Amino acid sequence: MSRVYLYIILMAVVTYLIRALPLTLIRREIKSEFVKSFLYYVPYATLSAMTFPSILGATDHLYSSIAGFAVALILAFNNRSLLTVAGLSCLTAFVVELFL
Amino acid sequence: MKIGSFEDFKEGCRDAIPICLGYIAVSFAFGIEASKIGMTTFQAAMTSLLNVTSAGQFSALEIIARNGSFVELAILQLIINLRYMLMSAALSQKLDPQVSTLHRMGISYGVTDEIFGLSVLKKGKLYPAYSYGLIVTSVFGWVLGTSLGAFSGQIMPQRLISCLGLAIYGMFIAIIIPDTRKSRAVMVVVISAMALSTVFAYVPFLSERISAGFRIIIVTVCVAAAAAVISPKRNTEEDNIAGGESA
Repeated sequence: MSRVYLYIILMAVVTYLIRALPLTLIRREIKSEFVKSFLYYVPYATLSAMTFPSILGATDHLYSSIAGFAVALILAFNNRSLLTVAGLSCLTAFVVELFL
Repeated sequence: MKIGSFEDFKEGCRDAIPICLGYIAVSFAFGIEASKIGMTTFQAAMTSLLNVTSAGQFSALEIIARNGSFVELAILQLIINLRYMLMSAALSQKLDPQVSTLHRMGISYGVTDEIFGLSVLKKGKLYPAYSYGLIVTSVFGWVLGTSLGAFSGQIMPQRLISCLGLAIYGMFIAIIIPDTRKSRAVMVVVISAMALSTVFAYVPFLSERISAGFRIIIVTVCVAAAAAVISPKRNTEEDNIAGGESA
């Protein structure tokens, strides 16, 4: 089980270095248009890739996952808050599972 | 004063209360997921305290669960958390040049999407004391939620745990989808990344050879690089991030 602590510490070190290096070292603005654009798109690409298709297996049933996914998409598209989207998505899945 | 006063610290604590509440909810889901793969409550809380990164921590669980390689974990964290580099660089512009390296290292610990969002919106100079207020309140919620989730994950009914598995994805969707209305490029990035990720997950040869961790790395690099070439951002750095993501 000590391997778990190695994982935790390794990811903590990597994540901290990412945060600390620019703040302590870089004191000028990033100039490269490509790098700036790339970094701008990274979160959208990462979170999308993490969400789909993994979300289909997020609950115990495929259909409740699909229902929760659909509700989340609709609410988010209408600019609902993070808590509303996450909460109602879970609630939808819960209700759907009552009928499965 | 370049470090800020106790008043600045208190102001930071106050401003971060909404972040704290949101973090409790999301990290609760993380705690449950962590306990599912066999992590103890202490290990889950330690992960949250040392990392404070939702996407990074959730993605790491998959690798930890199957005893994946350390290299894979390191690269995955690097890619997923790469956006913090841009935020960190942007924050450095808001600090007084006289703020010491030690304080810069302290602020670095709390560069998350939400804390960054509040920090760049702050009028005038950014005082470390204010940042510490934001960090203390936010991380408190993040660790508390994780502990509660990991603990109750062991005693909660399966039916409830099942639907809470959607919470983190709901949060990701809440972050990425609203911006697809403002930018067609972002819309294309979101759809392409989901499609490419699906290909990697289901096409026989690819799904056997490429783990979920590397799948995310490959998809992110390919899609973000293609988008950067096809539709480069010409706005200023702060516009990009402030109008962009969270969490």
